[in-house]
Amino acid sequence: MSNLQIAPNAAVLAALSEILPRDSVRRGGDQAEVETSLERLPSVVDTVVRNGYALAGIVTEWEDAGWLGRYAFYCSSCPGFVHVFVHGKPGDALPSISPYVFSADWHEREIEDLFEIPFEGHPLLGDFALHNEDWPEGVAPMRPDYDRDEPKPPRSGRVWRPQRFVKAPGAFTMSIGPIYSGISESAQFRLESEGEQILYATPRLFYKYRGLEKIAEGQDVEDVLLLAERLNGTSAVGHAAAFAQAAEAIAMVTPPPRAAALRLVFAELERLRSHLCTIEELVESTGLQVPTAMLSSLVEDLLRLSGRVAGHRYLFGLVRPGGLTLDIGDAETADIVKTSREATARLSRIVDQLAYDNGFLDRVEQVGTLQVPKALHHGVVGPVGRASGLSKDLRVIHPYGAYRDCEVRIALADEGDAFARFRVLAGEAVESQHLMEQALSSLPAGPVLAPWRPRADAALGWSEAPLGAAFHWLRLSPTGKVLRWRIMPPSFTNWPALATVVEGAAFQDFPIILASFGLSVAESDR
Amino acid sequence: MWTTKGLTRGILTTPYPRSRPAEPGARPARPVATPTSEAGPAAVGVCPTGALEARGDQVAVDLGRCIDCQRCRRGDAKMEWADTGQAALHLSPADLPGRAFRHSLHVRVVDAGDGGETLRELKQLTSPYYAVHRLGIFFTPTPRDADVLLVVGPVTQGTRQALLDTYEAMPEPKWVMAVGSTAVTGVPFGPSFTTAAGLGDVLPVDVVVPGNPPPPLAILDGLLSLMGRMSAEELLS
Ligand code: SF4
Repeated sequence: MSNLQIAPNAAVLAALSEILPRDSVRRGGDQAEVETSLERLPSVVDTVVRNGYALAGIVTEWEDAGWLGRYAFYCSSCPGFVHVFVHGKPGDALPSISPYVFSADWHEREIEDLFEIPFEGHPLLGDFALHNEDWPEGVAPMRPDYDRDEPKPPRSGRVWRPQRFVKAPGAFTMSIGPIYSGISESAQFRLESEGEQILYATPRLFYKYRGLEKIAEGQDVEDVLLLAERLNGTSAVGHAAAFAQAAEAIAMVTPPPRAAALRLVFAELERLRSHLCTIEELVESTGLQVPTAMLSSLVEDLLRLSGRVAGHRYLFGLVRPGGLTLDIGDAETADIVKTSREATARLSRIVDQLAYDNGFLDRVEQVGTLQVPKALHHGVVGPVGRASGLSKDLRVIHPYGAYRDCEVRIALADEGDAFARFRVLAGEAVESQHLMEQALSSLPAGPVLAPWRPRADAALGWSEAPLGAAFHWLRLSPTGKVLRWRIMPPSFTNWPALATVVEGAAFQDFPIILASFGLSVAESDR
Repeated sequence: MWTTKGLTRGILTTPYPRSRPAEPGARPARPVATPTSEAGPAAVGVCPTGALEARGDQVAVDLGRCIDCQRCRRGDAKMEWADTGQAALHLSPADLPGRAFRHSLHVRVVDAGDGGETLRELKQLTSPYYAVHRLGIFFTPTPRDADVLLVVGPVTQGTRQALLDTYEAMPEPKWVMAVGSTAVTGVPFGPSFTTAAGLGDVLPVDVVVPGNPPPPLAILDGLLSLMGRMSAEELLS
């Protein structure tokens, strides 16, 4: 591939060397590290962002004398990551970067809540991951002195008074959740309005906070991988692969070619099923029962396929640091090709019919429009971003494993409405089937697992999960115990953008917009 | 126009529970009790959640702690894996609703911290493959109409109060179902500073359905048993 011949991060590092001393920049292959000071951080971040980099996430880690703040950026159009980091002493505050990097907003709020590291200049801190009514004041579970087995605190009994943003006379707030409708994840949405239109929307998440990053500390890598699979059980392979990749980078191990190819197959099978689920939920939200039923049958076909070839309907237990736990034979290969082919053929017919169904189009066209500039601003990832003109896809810009040797055709639209998201999801589902078939037609021979031995180090792993870019930061002890695991999942990046899209929408469109984003609450709450 | 298109695939719906057809992939195998000589001496130690236990000359499985990680199948341990058949367990067979609810059961689902996979399996129950409304099972959004509180997830600090409020709002008589190993015992997340060791920590549980996630047919077993459509003997066999 030609673009790999240019040194990664060349342009941004040149720009940074103008404002920073030379020895603070370390090239390290495609992962450049830039050390800076609290005072300089804003200008460094600004330079990185101006060079076309998006925020993967903020990682904070405890050190002997304080903490380390790491801002991981990935280039949106070229290979290369830049990690900007600063050391802080107890009592230091980080300057908030969210006024100009929107996607930092939730990271800062979360870190302030769980680590009690303050962010200077952030307008809205507190009551984010730890809700006031559930947690007493002064609890900071991610601090080193907080015990994971700490008995659960009794409900704090504190009263939560949500901020109201719409002050006009006659304004009211409609609050949905945390438990609502038939079968849905627990989350709350507060919609403020003066009448028919939603003027301001606030999603309140973290009801499902399972403390994954905390309970992982001190556990073996292989056991934490089980948590990575169960973070969002419908994107198990996507997250497990990103996690395993971090563990493999630390151990300097590459999975054998056959394992890489099969990881691609299972990741695409998962994407196909996940996209079908999102499409089904979107169609269901428009009230069309027959196509909903047809689509949920297709989901079941793929779940059963997974049960047959992998022994698990959600593909748990497959990925392991160093490769896979399972190889497949000719019968399974044929089953995957046949079943996935049938499913996508049926999907295409349903999609074609929906594209001419006025009842459907009326509900999804020009509904929940995420404009291209707004999508860029929020650093939106995954199919939602690709329906708003952002072509970034980690399979293409930062290819990993078997994606290095194959060409992914990106489905793209730029209207940014629910219909665009529907078309992108359908296009990607079909492409996933192609990729699986291609990989299976030329499966390399050989083992599926390379020996993995722990080393003391830290690394970033990533993958394009069904919902978008997933980043996992991992630090291990010499014996392979997890010292720090930071999960930066796609839903966490995309939720704030959903909130802005809802503003101006009619109440009855809210369920449709929500379904068309297809976000996971569990993955965000962690 | 959709009605005719919907018919093109013919009948998909399982005849279950009338008969038990082979539906490969619908109900994947689970670990079952295995002689220690076959399972290997290390078997008990490979399980990350303590679901395996040496009992006499056997390695026994506590399915309520099993998270389907497949380790006791594909590594050094060689547990036997099989379709375990009826997968739900009554904790209090004496006061199950039984025949009074034979023809209709209203279920309120509460997510208390599920990873999303168990909710998806519940959703699949309404797909044409299972079509549970044909059996008189309905998911209801209002607790006031509900006979059964069906809970998924380990019960997190943030969902506990809403869960209790839902239970309070349900009329008597009412029953509680823990669906998924995570809801049954909290594994692999709890107990911790933010999650319970499963639903039993918080509410009296009548029926548990292990699995991570339990497939739709296993959840269906649990619901049918509440309706008295399956005897307890059948369930436990
Ligand atoms: S599948 Fe995993 S959790 Fe279940 S018994 Fe085997 S080792 Fe334990």
